[in-house]
Parts: sequence; structure tokens; C-alpha cells
Amino acid sequence: MNIEKVREILSTHGRLTTPVDQLQDDSDLYQAGLTSLATVGLMLALEDEFDIEFPDSALSRKTFGSIESIAETVEDLSE
Amino acid sequence: MCNLHGELVEDYDNYREQLLEAGLLLGCDVQGVYGLSGTFEGIIEAFERYVTKNGKPLNPEVVRFPPILSRTTYLSTDHIETMPDLMGSIHTFKGNQKAQLAMIDKKQQGEDWTSSLEPADVMMVPAACYPLYPTAANTVLPEEGRLVDLRAFVFRHEPSPDPARMQIFRQREFVRLGTPEQARAHRDFWLEKGQEMLKGVGLPVKAELANDPFFGRGGKVMAATQKEQELKFELVVPVASEKKLTAISSSNCHLDHFGSEFNITTQDGNFAHTACIGFGLERIALALLKTHGLDPEKWPQEVKQVLEL
Repeated sequence: MNIEKVREILSTHGRLTTPVDQLQDDSDLYQAGLTSLATVGLMLALEDEFDIEFPDSALSRKTFGSIESIAETVEDLSE
Repeated sequence: MCNLHGELVEDYDNYREQLLEAGLLLGCDVQGVYGLSGTFEGIIEAFERYVTKNGKPLNPEVVRFPPILSRTTYLSTDHIETMPDLMGSIHTFKGNQKAQLAMIDKKQQGEDWTSSLEPADVMMVPAACYPLYPTAANTVLPEEGRLVDLRAFVFRHEPSPDPARMQIFRQREFVRLGTPEQARAHRDFWLEKGQEMLKGVGLPVKAELANDPFFGRGGKVMAATQKEQELKFELVVPVASEKKLTAISSSNCHLDHFGSEFNITTQDGNFAHTACIGFGLERIALALLKTHGLDPEKWPQEVKQVLEL
């Protein structure tokens, strides 16, 4: 369920150069054009949508590196 | 954590008071802004000659920019996205006589007179190399790239009791514009050379992988990314405190960040990569004074000799 929502938020806030529907869940989002500034917008949108707060330990490049990784982190934080 | 913070502030206050008492720094009514004595400035001049001498074999172009840059150039860098809390925007009064009286009235009433101001066309320079890139915009670099020697006052809004954290200070830089290999080689060369030079004047520096002070929680992701890519190294040494070391030089790879933003290309048509080494001149003077004592005349002979003091 999270995966679809993450894809939706990513397509609104990710400012990717490759359309989200052409990406696999494990595609490298930085390769797809995710910039550091877009990561900030993405993070804030995910926090609003899922009512979570990314702890400092999750604020890494790896967390936002793929759709799968974002969805897993969101799931962990939602528990 | 609180204790460490308290101890640090005590160290900062102690060293700052020593410097003020010795007349090396002249205080001001805001934190992090000082006048410098002739002795202090003499140390900076001597260190600059030392830098010039060490850079000379590389035959750099020498360029000097003022500490302000155009708002347009400022916006072409990503400073507003990455470090907005450090920026300095210059505002001025553009109103008529009536508006001037209104402003003075606000001042006399103790109200916010700055609400009468409007932005000028300029911003404070946040890093010595920023004004260089627009001058190289839309050019193709020669095969050997370019090496530029810069020095400028830079502004960072971070008032602090630490005498080594000034709001405005000078950076002396060597910037390389070229291929990815040329930029990386420049950074690596100066990371070594910088350590050799600073150790040569008796400063026990060590190199540390570092990150810029990016803003906010998003900045933590940027910092982690910068560290993962090993783009920034700092040379650190005790200045005001032994507990928290102070960076007195940094070596940075910018990848093609400025090359793409300003359309600077290499002979193969790709965006140029850039890299820089920066020496924080006031901090180096403060480190020398801390290490060798507040009277340069009594510094070790070998240090005076190297600096030709």
C-alpha cells in the first residue's frame, strides 16, 4: 500500500527527470534525477502524508535512494 | 552535552578576552565582528606571502573580487537552497524625503526602521570562489584548464562567542576549473600541500572528512551525501579550545555543480568540474597565536623564518 502512495508523492515532489511510472521499485532515484533539494521536499511531504518524522539516523542518501527503501523506512517509522 | 557546551563557551570567552586584552582584536557590539591590530594583520600578510610563494610554481591567474556579488549571481549558486541561514542580503533606502522622515521617526521611536529598506542589487559573498564563476560563464576552458588565485572577505551570519567564528573573514583560495581528473588532482594535491604548509609553521593540523553546514533536517541528507562522496576535507587544529578543533583550511570538490550552472565546458564538450583549497586567514592567525603565544616576536625562530616575520 505504501509503495503506491510513495510513488504518488514522488511524482509530485521528486522533480525527477525520469517519469516515476518508468521506474522499478529498486531503481536508483539519484540516477533518475533526484536532487538534494527535491529530497528535502520529498521528505517533508512523506512526513505530512504518513504522519511520521524521519529521525536523524534515517536522514541519509540511502533512505531516499529507491522507492523500495523509502517505503520500508516509512513502514518502520509508522509502526 | 550541556557540560561540553558550557566548557566550550568558557574556552571561547577565555581566548577572546586574552586577544582583546593583548590588543590583537578590537571588540565591537555584536558577536563575531572585530577590528584587527597591526600585529594581527602582519601575521595574515606574512601567511599570504607564504601562500603566494607556495602557489607560484603553478603559475595561477590572480583575481581579486570585492565582498559583494550580484543578486543574480548569488541565485545562480545554490546557496539559498543549502545555507540560507548564513546569507547576507544588502538592503538600502530608496524612498523619497517623506519616506525618509518616516524612517527616522521609526528610529527615534525605537521601532523597526529597517522595514523602510529595500533590497539592493547585491548580496554578501558567501565563499571566495562564487564571484569567479560568472566571469567564466559560457566559455570553453583551455586543455590544461584554469587555475585561479583568489582572496576575498566572505560573510556568514553565525554570530558566536568563539573568536575563530567571525561573521566576516578572509579566504585565500586556489580554484581549479577543468576536467574531472584535473579538479580531483588539484584537491588531492592541495590537501597534502596544505598540511605540509601548516605543519611547516608549527600548526599540528590533521585532515578530517567534513561536510558543509547545510540548513535544516534536509541538510542532514546533503551532509551525509557530501561525506559519502568524500567531497570535502578540512584541516583542523585546536584554536580557542582543545575539546573542539577548528577548521583552518578546507579542500573541496564541487563536481560539475558550477560548470553546469554557468555553462563552463572543457575541450571534450562536457561541463567543467571545479575544486578549491581555501585558507581561512583570520583563523590561521588565531591558531598561530594560540600555538606559539600572543607575541609573534617570541615565536620559535623556525616559524618566524618560514613566515619571514
